[in-house]
Amino acid sequence: MDWLLALIQDVLFILLAPLFSGWLKWVKCLLQNRRPPPLWQPYRDLRKLLGKRPVVADTASWLFPATPYVVFGAAALSAAIVPFFAVDLPTAAIADMIVLVSFFALGRFFLALAGMDVGTAFGGMGSSREMTIASLAEPAMLMAIFTLALTASTTNISVAIDYLLDTGLALRPSFLFALGGLLLVAVAETGRIPIDNPATHLELTMIHEAMILEYSGRHLALIEWAGQVRLMLYGVLIANIFLPWGLAREFTPEALGIGAAAIAAKLGVLAVVLALAETSVAKMRLFRVQEFLGFAYLLSLLGMLSHIILEV
Amino acid sequence: MPVPAYSIYEQAILFIAALVVFTSFLMLGQKRLFGMIHLFAAQGALLAATTALAAYTLPYPHLYISALIIVALKVILIPVMLHRLIIRMDMHRDAEPLYLYGYVMMGAAALVMFSYHVVAPIEHLSTLATRNAMAVSLAVVLLGMLLMITRRQVVTHVIGFMAIENGLFFAAVASTQGMPMVVELGIAFDVLVAAVIFGVFFFHIRSSIDSLDVDRLNRLNEVEP
Repeated sequence: MDWLLALIQDVLFILLAPLFSGWLKWVKCLLQNRRPPPLWQPYRDLRKLLGKRPVVADTASWLFPATPYVVFGAAALSAAIVPFFAVDLPTAAIADMIVLVSFFALGRFFLALAGMDVGTAFGGMGSSREMTIASLAEPAMLMAIFTLALTASTTNISVAIDYLLDTGLALRPSFLFALGGLLLVAVAETGRIPIDNPATHLELTMIHEAMILEYSGRHLALIEWAGQVRLMLYGVLIANIFLPWGLAREFTPEALGIGAAAIAAKLGVLAVVLALAETSVAKMRLFRVQEFLGFAYLLSLLGMLSHIILEV
Repeated sequence: MPVPAYSIYEQAILFIAALVVFTSFLMLGQKRLFGMIHLFAAQGALLAATTALAAYTLPYPHLYISALIIVALKVILIPVMLHRLIIRMDMHRDAEPLYLYGYVMMGAAALVMFSYHVVAPIEHLSTLATRNAMAVSLAVVLLGMLLMITRRQVVTHVIGFMAIENGLFFAAVASTQGMPMVVELGIAFDVLVAAVIFGVFFFHIRSSIDSLDVDRLNRLNEVEP
């Protein structure tokens, strides 16, 4: 029964991820005085792409067609680890936050390899930029996660959230800083506006798009879908770690219903905040990304320091 | 002791302590003078909030007056004075170059850890939960000194000096539950006088070396080149 619920949670997570991006795009369009596309537009795009035959370059090795499946698999597995609307599921006991970070790293690693595999100029450039950003973002993310782990004395996300729900509301400066750091890292890692613009194909600025330029058909669909799952993963992580209220702790229909409603509300608000930030900030020059991520690292470091100095 | 075991007052003081250190870090990374002044005013506002909190929970109503003095001096008067000085000196569009930015930030983080280590034995003498804020206030003092060492603008030096004073004041409020009114009034007016004198000095320095970059003071000569 528990396993079934875990499976349902994972499948729901993956199925709802395009809806989250659709909602984000919808809010953003409204804020920019454009007429928004329907909320299910990402599903339409995915269906269209899934129905098309992928074209693979002659120079591509086995790595190129295998990458979309690896990337999507990594995203699906990470979605199983993160508590979506219920904690204490059996999948949560298997892996902890460090495994989650390495799942992200695995997907990124394969994408970077695939970007270089075909041998076009753009792919290699995109891979190099992506790895630069990742090498700066990962320490900040790990530091923020260790801050949480120090507070809850565990690296398991589910147990940590349980601990936070048990201790109740408290003013924790370390959490404020870790939240700031994690937000900046999430913006960088999911390729949102100050770092990368997911909507353009402008060779000066593109990072993520440059790597997947050679993909088409269902391969592209899988990569896009994995990207949407990853965006929602960061959203759910931030919402459930820093505002864990409403999460279902026992598996009764009412508790699960409240959990689902709570996470839907939290994600809806988070998307509005993200859309506001994206419309008010301009895209950064690539060489200023290190300052941005340096600030994220500083926030996470301050989070850890203030935990050690003030909260122990 | 885990955080929820503290009272809400202690939690709030510790929370503000973390924010005060954060404003110090932001000052170290701030290039523009206006941004610097706004950060200084924000630090002052946090300080006033701490004092008001202490006044609310402790039987010392005179702390409310201290909070008012802080708001009047450090949040309004001194920032406005510096603001007007900068506009009169026509420096409000300048951005100061940051030398060795990454190293300065790492040094700042190291200073925070150092001050924690130094204060650790002293903390055992106190039974207050907010004694941990002493490490933070020492860190704010050291970060203010770091700000003065690494920058070359006189205005930035002044703000670093004021930040040092903020750190000392925070130590007094957070770890000893307020200080005597006389001491406080003395310090407050010293700082105000210092701000006025600095304002005069700015013009003197500028009239003698044509800039406010203290590096050029190294090249002063008796003879005009």
